[in-house]
Amino acid sequence: MSDILTVNNVNFSYDDQPVLKDISLSVREGDFLGMIGPNGSGKTTLLKIMLGLQTPDSGTVELFGEPARSFEDGARLGYVSQQSTESDATMPVTVREVVAMGRYAHAGLRRLSERDRDIIDRSLTKVGIADLKNRRISRLSGGQRQRAYIARALASEADLLALDEPTVGVDANSVEKFYQLLDELNTDGITIILIEHDIGLLTEHATSIACLDGELYAHAETSKFLKTDALERAFSSARVLSANAPAGGN
Amino acid sequence: MSLRTAHTQKELTLLLASIPIGLLALIGFIFWGFPPVYSFFWDTACGTIDTWLVCSGFLQRGFTSGILIGITAPIVGAYLVNRQMALIGEALAHTAFGGVAIGLFVGAAIPSLNYPLGFALIAAAVGALGMQYIAVTTDGYADIPIAIMLTGGFAVGIAVISYGVVFSATVESYLFGDILFVPFENVQLMVGLTLIVAATVALTHKQLLFITFDREAARLARINVWFYDTLLIVLTALVVVAAMQILGAILVAGMLVIPVAAAMQLTNSFNRGMLLSVLLGQVAIIGGILLSYYWNIATGAMIILVAIATYLIAVAVSR
Repeated sequence: MSDILTVNNVNFSYDDQPVLKDISLSVREGDFLGMIGPNGSGKTTLLKIMLGLQTPDSGTVELFGEPARSFEDGARLGYVSQQSTESDATMPVTVREVVAMGRYAHAGLRRLSERDRDIIDRSLTKVGIADLKNRRISRLSGGQRQRAYIARALASEADLLALDEPTVGVDANSVEKFYQLLDELNTDGITIILIEHDIGLLTEHATSIACLDGELYAHAETSKFLKTDALERAFSSARVLSANAPAGGN
Repeated sequence: MSLRTAHTQKELTLLLASIPIGLLALIGFIFWGFPPVYSFFWDTACGTIDTWLVCSGFLQRGFTSGILIGITAPIVGAYLVNRQMALIGEALAHTAFGGVAIGLFVGAAIPSLNYPLGFALIAAAVGALGMQYIAVTTDGYADIPIAIMLTGGFAVGIAVISYGVVFSATVESYLFGDILFVPFENVQLMVGLTLIVAATVALTHKQLLFITFDREAARLARINVWFYDTLLIVLTALVVVAAMQILGAILVAGMLVIPVAAAMQLTNSFNRGMLLSVLLGQVAIIGGILLSYYWNIATGAMIILVAIATYLIAVAVSR
Protein backbone atom coordinates (compact mmCIF):
# COMPACT_ATOMS: atom_id res chain seq x y z
CA MET A 1 0.00 0.00 0.00
CA SER A 2 1.24 3.47 -0.79
CA ASP A 3 1.91 6.37 1.53
CA ILE A 4 -0.89 8.91 1.46
CA LEU A 5 0.71 11.26 3.94
CA THR A 6 4.39 11.94 4.54
CA VAL A 7 5.86 14.35 7.04
CA ASN A 8 9.54 15.20 6.55
CA ASN A 9 11.68 16.97 9.16
CA VAL A 10 8.90 19.29 10.27
CA ASN A 11 9.70 22.03 12.77
CA PHE A 12 7.18 24.44 14.22
CA SER A 13 7.25 27.02 16.98
CA TYR A 14 4.82 29.52 18.42
CA ASP A 15 6.83 32.75 18.75
CA ASP A 16 10.04 31.47 20.37
CA GLN A 17 8.49 28.39 21.92
CA PRO A 18 9.41 25.29 19.89
CA VAL A 19 6.42 22.97 19.63
CA LEU A 20 7.53 20.39 17.08
CA LYS A 21 11.13 19.34 16.58
CA ASP A 22 12.22 17.51 13.45
CA ILE A 23 9.18 15.27 13.08
CA SER A 24 9.17 12.72 10.26
CA LEU A 25 6.56 10.04 9.80
CA SER A 26 4.38 8.57 7.13
CA VAL A 27 0.88 7.20 6.96
CA ARG A 28 -0.07 4.45 4.53
CA GLU A 29 -3.39 3.93 2.88
CA GLY A 30 -5.66 1.99 5.22
CA ASP A 31 -3.65 2.79 8.38
CA PHE A 32 -5.29 3.52 11.70
CA LEU A 33 -2.69 5.75 13.33
CA GLY A 34 -3.08 6.70 16.95
CA MET A 35 -1.16 9.70 18.29
CA ILE A 36 -0.52 10.06 21.99
CA GLY A 37 1.49 12.46 24.09
CA PRO A 38 1.30 14.67 27.18
CA ASN A 39 -0.34 18.09 27.40
CA GLY A 40 1.15 20.63 25.06
CA SER A 41 3.12 17.99 23.19
CA GLY A 42 2.08 19.48 19.85
CA LYS A 43 -0.31 16.71 18.78
CA THR A 44 -3.04 19.02 17.53
CA THR A 45 -0.53 21.31 15.83
CA LEU A 46 1.02 18.33 14.06
CA LEU A 47 -2.42 17.14 12.95
CA LYS A 48 -3.25 20.58 11.53
CA ILE A 49 0.08 20.73 9.73
CA MET A 50 -0.59 17.26 8.29
CA LEU A 51 -3.93 18.47 6.93
CA GLY A 52 -2.45 21.64 5.46
CA LEU A 53 -4.28 23.94 7.86
CA GLN A 54 -1.01 25.28 9.25
CA THR A 55 2.37 25.83 7.65
CA PRO A 56 5.46 24.38 9.33
CA ASP A 57 8.47 26.67 9.91
CA SER A 58 10.59 24.15 8.04
CA GLY A 59 10.18 20.69 6.59
CA THR A 60 7.64 19.38 4.10
CA VAL A 61 4.30 17.64 4.26
CA GLU A 62 2.83 15.71 1.37
CA LEU A 63 -0.85 14.80 1.24
CA PHE A 64 -1.83 12.28 -1.44
CA GLY A 65 1.45 13.09 -3.19
CA GLU A 66 1.00 16.86 -3.22
CA PRO A 67 2.34 19.55 -0.87
CA ALA A 68 -0.30 19.72 1.88
CA ARG A 69 -0.72 23.51 1.74
CA SER A 70 -1.57 23.49 -1.96
CA PHE A 71 -3.63 20.31 -1.81
CA GLU A 72 -6.96 21.31 -3.34
CA ASP A 73 -9.31 18.37 -3.06
CA GLY A 74 -10.85 19.09 0.33
CA ALA A 75 -13.54 16.48 -0.21
CA ARG A 76 -10.97 13.74 0.48
CA LEU A 77 -10.36 15.00 4.03
CA GLY A 78 -12.61 14.67 7.07
CA TYR A 79 -11.97 16.25 10.46
CA VAL A 80 -13.65 15.77 13.81
CA SER A 81 -12.35 18.10 16.48
CA GLN A 82 -12.30 17.82 20.24
CA GLN A 83 -14.51 20.66 21.33
CA SER A 84 -17.74 21.31 19.61
CA THR A 85 -17.56 24.62 17.81
CA GLU A 86 -19.06 27.72 19.35
CA SER A 87 -21.76 27.92 16.70
CA ASP A 88 -23.12 24.44 17.18
CA ALA A 89 -24.20 25.37 20.69
CA THR A 90 -26.38 28.28 19.63
CA MET A 91 -27.01 28.12 15.92
CA PRO A 92 -30.26 26.64 14.64
CA VAL A 93 -29.03 23.99 12.25
CA THR A 94 -30.29 20.44 11.92
CA VAL A 95 -28.17 17.29 11.98
CA ARG A 96 -29.02 16.71 8.33
CA GLU A 97 -27.95 20.24 7.38
CA VAL A 98 -24.59 19.64 9.10
CA VAL A 99 -24.06 16.32 7.31
CA ALA A 100 -25.04 17.98 4.02
CA MET A 101 -22.01 20.27 4.41
CA GLY A 102 -19.94 17.23 3.53
CA ARG A 103 -21.29 17.52 -0.02
CA TYR A 104 -20.43 21.22 -0.39
CA ALA A 105 -16.87 20.64 -1.58
CA HIS A 106 -18.31 18.42 -4.31
CA ALA A 107 -21.16 20.72 -5.27
CA GLY A 108 -19.24 24.01 -5.49
CA LEU A 109 -21.73 26.61 -6.68
CA ARG A 110 -24.33 24.22 -8.07
CA ARG A 111 -27.34 22.95 -6.15
CA LEU A 112 -27.24 19.65 -4.30
CA SER A 113 -28.46 16.88 -6.59
CA GLU A 114 -30.58 13.82 -5.96
CA ARG A 115 -27.36 11.81 -5.72
CA ASP A 116 -25.95 14.23 -3.09
CA ARG A 117 -29.10 13.84 -1.00
CA ASP A 118 -28.89 10.09 -1.34
CA ILE A 119 -25.30 10.06 -0.08
CA ILE A 120 -26.25 12.31 2.84
CA ASP A 121 -29.03 9.95 3.92
CA ARG A 122 -26.80 6.90 3.58
CA SER A 123 -24.10 8.56 5.70
CA LEU A 124 -26.66 9.32 8.42
CA THR A 125 -27.76 5.68 8.39
CA LYS A 126 -24.19 4.39 8.42
CA VAL A 127 -23.33 6.15 11.69
CA GLY A 128 -26.73 5.27 13.16
CA ILE A 129 -28.32 8.68 13.61
CA ALA A 130 -30.83 8.67 10.74
CA ASP A 131 -33.68 9.03 13.23
CA LEU A 132 -32.13 12.21 14.64
CA LYS A 133 -31.67 14.00 11.33
CA ASN A 134 -34.21 16.75 11.96
CA ARG A 135 -32.98 17.55 15.47
CA ARG A 136 -31.04 20.68 16.23
CA ILE A 137 -27.37 19.67 16.44
CA SER A 138 -27.04 21.35 19.85
CA ARG A 139 -29.71 19.05 21.30
CA LEU A 140 -27.66 15.89 20.66
CA SER A 141 -25.51 14.18 23.25
CA GLY A 142 -21.72 14.45 22.88
CA GLY A 143 -21.44 11.00 21.34
CA GLN A 144 -24.28 11.56 18.88
CA ARG A 145 -22.82 14.89 17.83
CA GLN A 146 -19.43 13.34 17.06
CA ARG A 147 -21.23 10.72 14.98
CA ALA A 148 -22.85 13.53 13.03
CA TYR A 149 -19.40 14.97 12.26
CA ILE A 150 -18.23 11.53 11.14
CA ALA A 151 -21.30 11.35 8.90
CA ARG A 152 -20.28 14.69 7.43
CA ALA A 153 -16.87 13.24 6.57
CA LEU A 154 -18.56 10.17 5.06
CA ALA A 155 -20.89 12.35 3.00
CA SER A 156 -17.80 14.08 1.67
CA GLU A 157 -16.50 10.61 0.69
CA ALA A 158 -13.28 11.39 2.51
CA ASP A 159 -10.58 8.77 2.38
CA LEU A 160 -8.63 10.32 5.23
CA LEU A 161 -10.39 10.92 8.52
CA ALA A 162 -8.60 12.94 11.23
CA LEU A 163 -9.98 13.02 14.77
CA ASP A 164 -8.68 15.13 17.65
CA GLU A 165 -9.68 13.53 20.96
CA PRO A 166 -13.20 12.94 19.66
CA THR A 167 -14.55 11.28 22.79
CA VAL A 168 -13.66 13.86 25.45
CA GLY A 169 -16.77 14.29 27.58
CA VAL A 170 -18.58 11.34 25.98
CA ASP A 171 -19.95 8.62 28.30
CA ALA A 172 -18.08 5.29 28.47
CA ASN A 173 -20.76 3.22 26.76
CA SER A 174 -20.93 5.58 23.76
CA VAL A 175 -17.12 5.70 23.55
CA GLU A 176 -16.98 1.95 23.02
CA LYS A 177 -19.61 2.14 20.25
CA PHE A 178 -17.85 5.12 18.71
CA TYR A 179 -14.62 3.13 18.41
CA GLN A 180 -16.49 0.20 16.91
CA LEU A 181 -17.72 2.60 14.23
CA LEU A 182 -14.14 3.77 13.60
CA ASP A 183 -12.98 0.17 13.24
CA GLU A 184 -15.76 -0.46 10.77
CA LEU A 185 -14.82 2.59 8.68
CA ASN A 186 -11.18 1.55 8.77
CA THR A 187 -12.14 -1.90 7.51
CA ASP A 188 -14.07 -0.17 4.71
CA GLY A 189 -10.75 1.33 3.63
CA ILE A 190 -10.77 4.78 5.25
CA THR A 191 -7.41 5.85 6.63
CA ILE A 192 -7.72 7.19 10.17
CA ILE A 193 -5.45 9.49 12.17
CA LEU A 194 -6.58 9.82 15.74
CA ILE A 195 -5.36 11.79 18.74
CA GLU A 196 -6.37 9.97 21.91
CA HIS A 197 -5.15 10.17 25.49
CA ASP A 198 -6.42 6.72 26.47
CA ILE A 199 -3.59 4.28 25.67
CA GLY A 200 -5.96 1.36 26.34
CA LEU A 201 -8.30 2.43 23.55
CA LEU A 202 -5.36 3.07 21.21
CA THR A 203 -3.78 -0.35 21.68
CA GLU A 204 -7.16 -1.97 21.17
CA HIS A 205 -8.07 -0.15 17.95
CA ALA A 206 -5.07 1.52 16.26
CA THR A 207 -2.84 -0.40 13.89
CA SER A 208 0.11 1.85 14.64
CA ILE A 209 0.91 4.35 17.35
CA ALA A 210 3.01 7.50 17.36
CA CYS A 211 4.11 8.94 20.66
CA LEU A 212 5.33 12.50 20.76
CA ASP A 213 6.28 15.28 23.10
CA GLY A 214 7.71 18.00 20.91
CA GLU A 215 9.81 15.34 19.24
CA LEU A 216 8.67 11.96 17.99
CA TYR A 217 9.59 9.29 20.54
CA ALA A 218 8.35 6.36 18.54
CA HIS A 219 6.17 5.45 15.62
CA ALA A 220 5.57 1.76 15.14
CA GLU A 221 2.96 -0.91 14.72
CA THR A 222 0.92 -1.24 17.87
CA SER A 223 2.43 -4.54 19.03
CA LYS A 224 6.00 -3.31 18.49
CA PHE A 225 5.20 0.06 20.02
CA LEU A 226 4.17 -1.57 23.29
CA LYS A 227 7.61 -3.18 23.61
CA THR A 228 9.36 0.21 23.52
CA ASP A 229 9.69 2.57 26.44
CA ALA A 230 8.55 5.56 24.33
CA LEU A 231 5.47 6.22 26.42
CA GLU A 232 7.42 6.39 29.65
CA ARG A 233 10.08 8.58 28.13
CA ALA A 234 7.58 11.00 26.63
CA PHE A 235 5.55 11.35 29.77
CA SER A 236 8.50 11.47 32.15
CA SER A 237 10.15 14.23 30.14
CA ALA A 238 6.85 16.08 30.42
CA ARG A 239 6.82 15.54 34.15
CA VAL A 240 10.23 17.13 34.43
CA LEU A 241 8.96 20.20 32.63
CA SER A 242 5.66 20.58 34.47
CA ALA A 243 5.26 18.99 37.87
CA ASN A 244 2.03 17.08 37.30
CA ALA A 245 0.90 17.14 33.74
CA PRO A 246 -1.74 14.47 33.19
CA ALA A 247 -1.93 12.65 29.92
CA GLY A 248 -4.14 14.04 27.20
CA GLY A 249 -5.57 17.45 26.50
CA ASN A 250 -3.62 19.94 24.53
CA MET B 1 -8.89 14.79 -8.58
CA SER B 2 -7.51 16.88 -11.44
CA LEU B 3 -10.82 16.24 -13.16
CA ARG B 4 -12.66 17.74 -10.23
CA THR B 5 -10.47 20.87 -10.19
CA ALA B 6 -10.93 21.30 -13.92
CA HIS B 7 -14.64 20.99 -13.33
CA THR B 8 -14.61 23.78 -10.71
CA GLN B 9 -12.43 25.95 -12.90
CA LYS B 10 -14.85 25.61 -15.77
CA GLU B 11 -17.63 26.55 -13.40
CA LEU B 12 -15.69 29.60 -12.26
CA THR B 13 -14.92 30.74 -15.80
CA LEU B 14 -18.58 30.42 -16.71
CA LEU B 15 -19.45 32.44 -13.64
CA LEU B 16 -16.98 35.19 -14.46
CA ALA B 17 -18.27 35.35 -18.01
CA SER B 18 -21.84 35.59 -16.79
CA ILE B 19 -21.14 38.55 -14.47
CA PRO B 20 -21.06 41.29 -17.17
CA ILE B 21 -24.09 39.74 -18.88
CA GLY B 22 -25.90 39.57 -15.57
CA LEU B 23 -25.04 43.20 -14.82
CA LEU B 24 -26.31 44.33 -18.21
CA ALA B 25 -29.54 42.41 -17.69
CA LEU B 26 -29.81 43.94 -14.22
CA ILE B 27 -29.36 47.50 -15.49
CA GLY B 28 -31.81 46.84 -18.30
CA PHE B 29 -34.37 45.55 -15.85
CA ILE B 30 -33.97 48.43 -13.40
CA PHE B 31 -34.39 51.15 -16.02
CA TRP B 32 -36.83 49.59 -18.50
CA GLY B 33 -38.33 46.48 -16.97
CA PHE B 34 -39.05 47.56 -13.44
CA PRO B 35 -40.89 50.93 -13.89
CA PRO B 36 -43.83 49.49 -15.91
CA VAL B 37 -44.16 46.53 -13.51
CA TYR B 38 -44.10 48.96 -10.60
CA SER B 39 -46.81 51.23 -11.99
CA PHE B 40 -48.92 48.30 -13.16
CA PHE B 41 -48.84 46.75 -9.69
CA TRP B 42 -49.69 49.92 -7.78
CA ASP B 43 -52.31 51.07 -10.31
CA THR B 44 -54.05 47.73 -9.94
CA ALA B 45 -53.74 47.86 -6.16
CA CYS B 46 -55.10 51.39 -6.11
CA GLY B 47 -57.93 50.41 -8.45
CA THR B 48 -58.90 47.46 -6.28
CA ILE B 49 -58.59 48.91 -2.78
CA ASP B 50 -59.10 52.61 -3.22
CA THR B 51 -57.53 54.07 -0.10
CA TRP B 52 -54.88 56.69 0.37
CA LEU B 53 -52.56 54.01 1.79
CA VAL B 54 -52.02 52.38 -1.59
CA CYS B 55 -52.75 55.30 -3.90
CA SER B 56 -50.28 57.87 -2.54
CA GLY B 57 -47.06 57.93 -4.54
CA PHE B 58 -45.04 58.52 -1.35
CA LEU B 59 -46.41 55.42 0.29
CA GLN B 60 -46.10 53.32 -2.85
CA ARG B 61 -42.39 54.08 -2.94
CA GLY B 62 -42.07 53.61 0.82
CA PHE B 63 -43.83 50.24 0.82
CA THR B 64 -41.84 48.98 -2.16
CA SER B 65 -38.48 49.86 -0.64
CA GLY B 66 -39.58 48.58 2.76
CA ILE B 67 -40.58 45.21 1.37
CA LEU B 68 -37.26 44.91 -0.47
CA ILE B 69 -35.38 45.65 2.77
CA GLY B 70 -37.53 43.11 4.58
CA ILE B 71 -36.22 40.50 2.15
CA THR B 72 -32.50 41.30 2.00
CA ALA B 73 -31.73 42.41 5.55
CA PRO B 74 -32.80 39.19 7.33
CA ILE B 75 -31.13 37.02 4.66
CA VAL B 76 -27.74 38.62 5.18
CA GLY B 77 -28.46 38.96 8.90
CA ALA B 78 -28.90 35.19 9.28
CA TYR B 79 -25.20 34.63 8.61
CA LEU B 80 -24.06 37.66 10.61
CA VAL B 81 -26.08 36.85 13.72
CA ASN B 82 -24.83 33.27 13.83
CA ARG B 83 -21.25 34.47 13.59
CA GLN B 84 -21.64 36.96 16.41
CA MET B 85 -21.12 39.74 13.85
CA ALA B 86 -24.45 41.51 14.40
CA LEU B 87 -22.94 44.90 15.17
CA ILE B 88 -20.95 45.01 11.96
CA GLY B 89 -24.11 46.22 10.23
CA GLU B 90 -24.37 49.07 12.71
CA ALA B 91 -20.73 50.05 12.15
CA LEU B 92 -21.17 49.99 8.38
CA ALA B 93 -24.36 52.06 8.63
CA HIS B 94 -22.49 54.76 10.52
CA THR B 95 -19.72 54.67 7.93
CA ALA B 96 -22.37 54.98 5.22
CA PHE B 97 -23.75 57.99 7.07
CA GLY B 98 -20.30 59.60 6.81
CA GLY B 99 -20.55 58.93 3.07
CA VAL B 100 -24.00 60.55 2.89
CA ALA B 101 -22.66 63.68 4.59
CA ILE B 102 -19.80 63.90 2.12
CA GLY B 103 -22.29 63.28 -0.70
CA LEU B 104 -24.59 66.08 0.48
CA PHE B 105 -21.62 68.41 0.77
CA VAL B 106 -20.30 67.59 -2.69
CA GLY B 107 -23.82 67.69 -4.12
CA ALA B 108 -24.39 71.18 -2.76
CA ALA B 109 -21.26 72.38 -4.58
CA ILE B 110 -21.62 70.31 -7.77
CA PRO B 111 -25.32 69.68 -8.50
CA SER B 112 -24.59 66.97 -11.09
CA LEU B 113 -23.03 64.85 -8.30
CA ASN B 114 -26.01 65.28 -6.00
CA TYR B 115 -26.49 61.60 -5.25
CA PRO B 116 -25.71 61.00 -1.56
CA LEU B 117 -26.63 57.31 -1.58
CA GLY B 118 -23.95 56.67 -4.19
CA PHE B 119 -21.43 58.19 -1.80
CA ALA B 120 -22.88 56.11 1.02
CA LEU B 121 -22.39 52.99 -1.07
CA ILE B 122 -18.75 53.84 -1.70
CA ALA B 123 -18.09 54.71 1.96
CA ALA B 124 -19.76 51.53 3.20
CA ALA B 125 -17.85 49.37 0.71
CA VAL B 126 -14.55 50.96 1.69
CA GLY B 127 -15.51 50.56 5.34
CA ALA B 128 -16.41 46.92 4.77
CA LEU B 129 -13.09 46.14 3.09
CA GLY B 130 -11.23 48.06 5.81
CA MET B 131 -13.00 46.05 8.46
CA GLN B 132 -12.11 42.84 6.64
CA TYR B 133 -8.47 43.93 6.47
CA ILE B 134 -8.41 44.65 10.19
CA ALA B 135 -10.11 41.32 10.92
CA VAL B 136 -7.44 39.44 8.94
CA THR B 137 -4.45 41.29 10.39
CA THR B 138 -5.70 41.32 13.98
CA ASP B 139 -7.87 38.74 15.64
CA GLY B 140 -11.24 38.44 13.92
CA TYR B 141 -14.17 40.81 14.15
CA ALA B 142 -13.43 42.03 17.66
CA ASP B 143 -15.49 44.81 19.17
CA ILE B 144 -12.59 47.28 19.15
CA PRO B 145 -12.43 47.72 15.33
CA ILE B 146 -16.23 47.80 15.27
CA ALA B 147 -16.32 50.56 17.88
CA ILE B 148 -13.66 52.53 16.03
CA MET B 149 -15.47 52.18 12.71
CA LEU B 150 -18.84 53.04 14.19
CA THR B 151 -17.74 56.22 15.94
CA GLY B 152 -15.23 57.13 13.22
CA GLY B 153 -17.82 57.02 10.43
CA PHE B 154 -20.21 59.08 12.47
CA ALA B 155 -17.51 61.58 13.42
CA VAL B 156 -16.68 62.13 9.74
CA GLY B 157 -20.36 62.68 9.02
CA ILE B 158 -20.84 65.20 11.79
CA ALA B 159 -17.60 66.99 10.92
CA VAL B 160 -18.61 67.43 7.29
CA ILE B 161 -22.13 68.54 8.19
CA SER B 162 -20.90 71.08 10.72
CA TYR B 163 -18.56 72.52 8.11
CA GLY B 164 -20.84 72.66 5.11
CA VAL B 165 -24.22 74.13 4.31
CA VAL B 166 -26.66 71.25 4.47
CA PHE B 167 -30.34 71.27 5.34
CA SER B 168 -30.77 69.61 8.69
CA ALA B 169 -34.00 67.98 7.49
CA THR B 170 -32.05 66.12 4.81
CA VAL B 171 -29.45 64.99 7.32
CA GLU B 172 -32.14 63.84 9.70
CA SER B 173 -33.84 61.76 7.02
CA TYR B 174 -30.66 59.69 6.63
CA LEU B 175 -30.04 59.56 10.35
CA PHE B 176 -33.51 58.46 11.43
CA GLY B 177 -34.95 57.37 8.09
CA ASP B 178 -37.91 58.93 6.33
CA ILE B 179 -40.35 56.91 4.35
CA LEU B 180 -41.83 60.01 2.68
CA PHE B 181 -38.45 60.90 1.36
CA VAL B 182 -37.70 58.04 -1.03
CA PRO B 183 -37.39 59.29 -4.62
CA PHE B 184 -38.13 56.82 -7.42
CA GLU B 185 -34.47 56.54 -8.44
CA ASN B 186 -33.70 55.29 -4.93
CA VAL B 187 -36.39 52.64 -5.31
CA GLN B 188 -34.64 51.62 -8.52
CA LEU B 189 -31.29 51.51 -6.72
CA MET B 190 -32.87 49.32 -4.07
CA VAL B 191 -34.28 46.92 -6.66
CA GLY B 192 -30.77 46.60 -8.09
CA LEU B 193 -29.17 46.00 -4.69
CA THR B 194 -31.85 43.46 -3.75
CA LEU B 195 -31.34 41.50 -6.95
CA ILE B 196 -27.56 41.51 -6.49
CA VAL B 197 -27.82 40.33 -2.89
CA ALA B 198 -30.44 37.68 -3.70
CA ALA B 199 -28.49 36.30 -6.68
CA THR B 200 -25.21 36.21 -4.77
CA VAL B 201 -26.74 34.45 -1.78
CA ALA B 202 -28.59 31.98 -3.99
CA LEU B 203 -25.28 31.09 -5.59
CA THR B 204 -23.06 30.98 -2.49
CA HIS B 205 -25.44 30.00 0.32
CA LYS B 206 -23.67 26.67 0.88
CA GLN B 207 -20.27 28.26 1.31
CA LEU B 208 -21.59 31.08 3.51
CA LEU B 209 -23.41 28.57 5.72
CA PHE B 210 -20.33 26.36 6.02
CA ILE B 211 -18.01 29.17 7.13
CA THR B 212 -20.73 30.41 9.51
CA PHE B 213 -21.09 27.04 11.18
CA ASP B 214 -17.58 25.59 11.20
CA ARG B 215 -14.69 27.65 9.82
CA GLU B 216 -12.06 24.99 10.50
CA ALA B 217 -13.96 22.29 8.63
CA ALA B 218 -14.69 24.74 5.81
CA ARG B 219 -10.96 25.49 5.51
CA LEU B 220 -10.29 21.77 5.47
CA ALA B 221 -12.83 21.33 2.67
CA ARG B 222 -10.65 23.93 0.91
CA ILE B 223 -13.35 26.56 0.79
CA ASN B 224 -11.78 29.99 0.37
CA VAL B 225 -12.81 31.35 3.75
CA TRP B 226 -11.18 34.73 3.19
CA PHE B 227 -13.09 35.28 -0.06
CA TYR B 228 -16.48 34.41 1.41
CA ASP B 229 -15.81 36.53 4.50
CA THR B 230 -15.19 39.49 2.23
CA LEU B 231 -18.24 38.69 0.14
CA LEU B 232 -20.49 38.59 3.19
CA ILE B 233 -19.26 41.88 4.56
CA VAL B 234 -19.64 43.61 1.18
CA LEU B 235 -23.19 42.26 0.90
CA THR B 236 -23.84 43.67 4.35
CA ALA B 237 -22.65 47.07 3.18
CA LEU B 238 -25.07 46.95 0.22
CA VAL B 239 -28.02 46.01 2.42
CA VAL B 240 -27.21 48.68 4.96
CA VAL B 241 -27.12 51.43 2.35
CA ALA B 242 -30.40 50.21 0.88
CA ALA B 243 -32.07 50.13 4.29
CA MET B 244 -30.73 53.46 5.49
CA GLN B 245 -33.38 55.64 3.85
CA ILE B 246 -36.26 53.88 5.56
CA LEU B 247 -34.73 52.98 8.89
CA GLY B 248 -31.96 55.54 9.21
CA ALA B 249 -28.31 54.90 10.01
CA ILE B 250 -29.03 54.40 13.68
CA LEU B 251 -31.73 51.73 13.39
CA VAL B 252 -30.48 49.73 10.39
CA ALA B 253 -28.84 46.97 12.44
CA GLY B 254 -32.20 46.13 13.99
CA MET B 255 -33.54 44.82 10.72
CA LEU B 256 -30.44 42.65 10.23
CA VAL B 257 -30.71 41.14 13.69
CA ILE B 258 -34.20 41.09 15.19
CA PRO B 259 -36.18 39.05 12.59
CA VAL B 260 -33.35 36.51 12.55
CA ALA B 261 -33.28 36.32 16.34
CA ALA B 262 -37.06 35.76 16.37
CA ALA B 263 -36.89 33.06 13.67
CA MET B 264 -34.08 31.27 15.51
CA GLN B 265 -36.44 30.77 18.44
CA LEU B 266 -38.99 29.04 16.28
CA THR B 267 -37.09 26.52 14.17
CA ASN B 268 -34.25 24.01 14.34
CA SER B 269 -33.26 24.36 10.73
CA PHE B 270 -31.03 27.11 9.35
CA ASN B 271 -32.66 27.11 5.92
CA ARG B 272 -36.19 27.23 7.28
CA GLY B 273 -35.05 29.84 9.81
CA MET B 274 -33.85 32.01 6.96
CA LEU B 275 -37.22 31.86 5.18
CA LEU B 276 -39.05 32.49 8.42
CA SER B 277 -36.88 35.52 9.20
CA VAL B 278 -37.80 37.03 5.82
CA LEU B 279 -41.46 36.45 6.66
CA LEU B 280 -41.07 38.08 10.07
CA GLY B 281 -39.14 40.90 8.40
CA GLN B 282 -42.16 41.54 6.18
CA VAL B 283 -44.46 41.53 9.20
CA ALA B 284 -42.25 44.14 10.87
CA ILE B 285 -42.01 46.33 7.76
CA ILE B 286 -45.68 46.29 6.76
CA GLY B 287 -46.94 46.37 10.34
CA GLY B 288 -44.49 49.14 11.19
CA ILE B 289 -45.48 51.32 8.24
CA LEU B 290 -49.22 50.91 8.88
CA LEU B 291 -48.98 51.54 12.62
CA SER B 292 -46.73 54.54 12.10
CA TYR B 293 -49.51 56.00 9.95
CA TYR B 294 -52.36 55.28 12.30
CA TRP B 295 -50.46 56.46 15.38
CA ASN B 296 -48.42 59.16 13.68
CA ILE B 297 -45.06 57.82 14.89
CA ALA B 298 -41.72 57.83 13.03
CA THR B 299 -41.74 54.87 10.61
CA GLY B 300 -38.21 53.55 11.20
CA ALA B 301 -38.79 53.45 14.94
CA MET B 302 -42.18 51.75 14.54
CA ILE B 303 -40.71 49.06 12.25
CA ILE B 304 -38.08 48.20 14.84
CA LEU B 305 -40.64 48.18 17.65
CA VAL B 306 -42.92 45.81 15.72
CA ALA B 307 -39.90 43.60 15.01
CA ILE B 308 -39.08 43.49 18.72
CA ALA B 309 -42.71 42.62 19.48
CA THR B 310 -42.51 39.64 17.08
CA TYR B 311 -39.26 38.62 18.77
CA LEU B 312 -40.85 38.69 22.23
CA ILE B 313 -43.82 36.70 20.96
CA ALA B 314 -41.43 34.17 19.40
CA VAL B 315 -39.59 33.80 22.71
CA ALA B 316 -42.87 33.34 24.59
CA VAL B 317 -44.18 30.80 22.06
CA SER B 318 -40.98 28.72 22.04
CA ARG B 319 -40.88 28.36 25.84
